[in-house]
Amino acid sequence: MPNKTFFWFFLPTGLAMILFIGLPIISTGIQSFYAQHDQVVKEVKKCDPFGCTVSIVVDQEKTSKIRDEKPLGKFNGFGTYIDRNHLAVEEIGKFWNETNSFGEFVDQVTNLPFYKALIFTLTYCLFVTPNVLLLGFIIALSLNAVTRRIRGPLIFGTILPMIVTPLVGSLVLFWMIDAEGIIGANLQMLMDDPYLSLKSSKTLTWITIIIYGIWHHSPFAFVVFYAALQTVPQEPVEAAIIDGASRWQRVRHIVLPHIYPVVTFVALISLMDNFRVFEPIIGFSAEGSAQSLSWLIYDNLVNEEVILFGSAAATSMMTIVGIAILLAPVLIRTWKEFRTAR
Amino acid sequence: MEYGLDKRSNALKIFNTTFIIVWLLVACFPFIWTFWGSFKVRADFFSRADWWYAITAFNTLLETGGKFTTDAYSQAWTEGEFWKASRNTVIVTFFVVTISLFLGTLGAYALSRSTRNYAFWILIAALIFRAMPHITLVSGYLFPFFQLQIWGILPTTIVVLVAINQPFTLWLLYSFFKTVPKELDESALIDGCSYFQAFRHIIMPVMWPGVITAGLFSLMLAYNDFTVTALLLNQENHTMVPKIQSYLGTNQHEGNLMWAVSAVVSATAPLFMLVMFFQRQVISGLTAGAVKG
Repeated sequence: MPNKTFFWFFLPTGLAMILFIGLPIISTGIQSFYAQHDQVVKEVKKCDPFGCTVSIVVDQEKTSKIRDEKPLGKFNGFGTYIDRNHLAVEEIGKFWNETNSFGEFVDQVTNLPFYKALIFTLTYCLFVTPNVLLLGFIIALSLNAVTRRIRGPLIFGTILPMIVTPLVGSLVLFWMIDAEGIIGANLQMLMDDPYLSLKSSKTLTWITIIIYGIWHHSPFAFVVFYAALQTVPQEPVEAAIIDGASRWQRVRHIVLPHIYPVVTFVALISLMDNFRVFEPIIGFSAEGSAQSLSWLIYDNLVNEEVILFGSAAATSMMTIVGIAILLAPVLIRTWKEFRTAR
Repeated sequence: MEYGLDKRSNALKIFNTTFIIVWLLVACFPFIWTFWGSFKVRADFFSRADWWYAITAFNTLLETGGKFTTDAYSQAWTEGEFWKASRNTVIVTFFVVTISLFLGTLGAYALSRSTRNYAFWILIAALIFRAMPHITLVSGYLFPFFQLQIWGILPTTIVVLVAINQPFTLWLLYSFFKTVPKELDESALIDGCSYFQAFRHIIMPVMWPGVITAGLFSLMLAYNDFTVTALLLNQENHTMVPKIQSYLGTNQHEGNLMWAVSAVVSATAPLFMLVMFFQRQVISGLTAGAVKG
C-alpha cells in the first residue's frame, strides 16, 4: 500500500490515539513537575471590648486569584516525586539512621503511602497471575474432556465473572462475604466468633481481594487456553498413549510445550491488567487496609478541597515506569525477532 | 481430548465432573444470589440476625406482604434516577461502538495491507498504549479538560473512550484482515479501483464477522467502564457503573444499598443476554491475538 494511501486510512485512528493517549501522557509528565499553590494567609486583627486578638485566616480572594492566574500550580521540579507521599527520600534517610534493626526499617518504610501501595500492587500481581494461569489451565483441560454437546452452556457459565465490570464483580462478592452476607454470616457461626469479619483484618482483606482477582481473571486464561487446546495435534498424543505415557506425562511433554507461546501471552496480558488493580478496592471498600498505585491516583483526583494534579501525575508517571519495566522483556524479544526476520 | 485410544478411568471422570460443578458454582452462584436477593428488602438480604432470612423472606413478608418485592427496582429507576444513567450508558455505548469501529476498520485494513516497517512499529506502539492504566490517562485529561471547559459532558467521554479503545480494536481487526486473502482486493486494484473503492466494494461485504467481534469488545469496554466515566462526567451525566458506586456512598439512606443491588442486576442482565447470543464471537475475539501468535 503506498504511503499516501496508508496515511489517509490511518489518519483518524492515529489522530485519536495521539490526541487522547499520547498527549495525556505528556500532559501528565508536565503536571508532575507542578504542585498546587499554597493558600495565601493574612493576619486579621479582631477587637472586641475585652481586647484585641490576631488570628491567621486564609485570604480566599488572593488564593483564588493566584489559582486563576497560574492554574497549573507552582513549579516544583522533582519535588513532588521525592516528597513524603511519593518516594519519600528524606524520610527513608531518616528511618535508616534512626532505626536499630533492618526489620524495623522495612516496617517504617512500608508504612509510607507510596511504598504501601507499591507492595500491595506487587503482591496482588504476584499471587493473582500464576494462580490465574493455573486455574485457567485446569478448567480448560477439564472442560475439554466433557461431551461436546453440553460445553456451550458450561463455557457461558465459566466466562461470567470476566464479562462483568470489576466494580460490579467485587460488589457481588462483597455482599456475600460481608458480615451480613451469606458467606460471612456462616463463617461467623462456623468459627463461633460474632466479631469475625473479612474486613476487620488487613491480611483477610488482602486475601479476599486476591481471591477476587483470581475469580475475575481465570475465565480469560481459560478461554485462551481452551482455544489453544483445540489446536494440539492428535498424532503425538496418540503415539504417547501407545508408548504408555501417563495422563500427566502427556500434558507435561506434549500439551504444555505446544501451548507455551499462548501461556506467555496470557501471563503478559494478565500482568498488565493486574498492575492497574483499583476497582475491587472500591467495591470491597477496602481503602483502609489495601491501597494500590492506581487507587492512590484516583484518591488524589477525587480530593474534596483541591484536586492534587501534581501528586496524581507523579504517581502516574511512576506507574508508567512500572509498566515499562514489566513490558521491557517482551519488547526486547519482539525487537530481536523483528531484526532477525529482516 | 476425545481419542479412541484414550480410556478414562471412572475415578477421573467423577473427579472431573465434581471439579466442573464446583467451579461453575463459584463462578455463577454470586450472580444468582444477587439476583435472588434483589427482590428482598434490605433487612433480609443484609440480615444482621440470620442470613436464612434471605431465603425465607421474613422481613420482606412483614414489610411488603409478599415474598418478593420489586420496590428496590422501582425506587432506583425513578427516585434514584437510574433511568437517566441507563439512558446515558446507551448513548455512550452506541457512539463509542460506531465511531471506534469506523476508525478501527480503516486503520486496521491499512495496517494489514502495508508491508512497511512503520506498520510493525505502529502495532507495537498500540500494544504499549493498551498497557497504560486508564487512571494515569485520566490524570492527564482532567487538567486540560477543565481549562478547555469540556469536562463533564458526554461527547468528551465518548471521544476519550473511543481513543482508549483503539489499540485493542486495531489489533483485533488487524489479525482479522490478515485472514482475508490479499488477492481479493488486489484484483480489484488491477481492475482500476482505488484503495478506497476496493475497501468499500470488496472488503466491506466480507468484514462483518470481524467487525461484530470488535464491536462486542468496544461495547463491553464502553458499557463497563468505571475509571473514565466516574472522573470525566459530572453527576448529571453519570452512566450506570459510576451511578452504582454513588448509591454505595450514601449509606445512611435506608433504601440505597438495595438500590445498588437492583442497579447491579439491571446493569448486568443485558450484558449477560448479549454474551449468551454472541458467545462464539466473544471467544474468537479473545483468542484471535493469542493463538495466531
